[in-house]
Amino acid sequence: MGNNKGGIKLDFFKKLSKNDSNSKSVAKERLKLVLIHDRANVSPRFLDMVKGDIIRVISDYMEIDEEGLDVKFTKTRRESDNAPIPALIANIPILKMKDKMKD
Amino acid sequence: MGEVIVITSGKGGVGKTTTTANIGAGLASLGKKVVVVDADIGLRNLDVVLGLENRIVYDIVDVVDKVCRLKQGLIRDKRYEGLYLLPAAQTKDKTAVSPRQMQELCEELKEHFDFIIIDCPAGIEQGFQNAIAGAQKAIVVTTPEISAVRDADRIIGLLESKGLHNPLLIINRIKQEMVARGDMMNIDDMIDILAIDLLGVVPDDEAIVISTNKGEPVVSDDKAFAGQAYRNIANRILGEEVPLMDLEVDEGLVGKLRKLIFGK
Repeated sequence: MGNNKGGIKLDFFKKLSKNDSNSKSVAKERLKLVLIHDRANVSPRFLDMVKGDIIRVISDYMEIDEEGLDVKFTKTRRESDNAPIPALIANIPILKMKDKMKD
Repeated sequence: MGEVIVITSGKGGVGKTTTTANIGAGLASLGKKVVVVDADIGLRNLDVVLGLENRIVYDIVDVVDKVCRLKQGLIRDKRYEGLYLLPAAQTKDKTAVSPRQMQELCEELKEHFDFIIIDCPAGIEQGFQNAIAGAQKAIVVTTPEISAVRDADRIIGLLESKGLHNPLLIINRIKQEMVARGDMMNIDDMIDILAIDLLGVVPDDEAIVISTNKGEPVVSDDKAFAGQAYRNIANRILGEEVPLMDLEVDEGLVGKLRKLIFGK
């Protein structure tokens, strides 16, 4: 019983303390995500450069559908604490594996 | 040779003009010869913030068009030894001055002044391009709001792409009591996001409204927190190391309890 009481008291003060549900943390997270897009837009070639490098590396191992390749910035949630984090998602359609993978 | 510093922000209404006026008056109070230039053509305001609106005869467009000599376009502020204003034109638009003309104007001003402080218009179009054309350094003003910080980030990127590296940040209108309860981004949050060096923090202060009403820069108000903040900024521009002022306010019973229990 004593422990329970302590728990309630702790929760009460947790609400008063700085935690992740206060509005400034929400603002900061939203800002971080929106800036990833903004900053990528500052240099439009950025994603193309990433795309080009991905194609170059992957092509050593497999034939891919370069037309169907899709690389974009998006957001996801981190597994450990469910915090929103930026993510680079690449959808790479494979046409055929290359022979050297069969060794 | 003087130094040309542009005060910019991207977003409107964050305090560029007030910042320009107070940095100008602050540097002049420290014995420097300063000209503040209103580059917001068509939306002239630096004159009223400084209380010099009744003394305008010529403006920046007259100067670059050689309608008058540079000296005739400058208004001397009688309250501050060494402070001059070059007002914007009110009836023209942003295309009345070209980046090239602005560069030439800055070069000429550099021969006569220690500091040339340029008040940049909001936005990222022609007016912004003009205002930064002759600048060697940039100061970015933001408030602790998501929209202002986002625009500041964009401006920092544009300044870099124009060769104005390492802009300095002024955080304006911070409300310490909101920061204390976690409802406003703090100084570290904004530096963390924008990743540039901090020049100063100006608290939200009613004294700013009052001083602007009167046309007297708050930097001369010895009692105002904001005045102290601008004096500190002026000293830092001159290379002095001034610690950030203590913005702590009476945080009430809840804040005191929190501090007692959590140590922060």
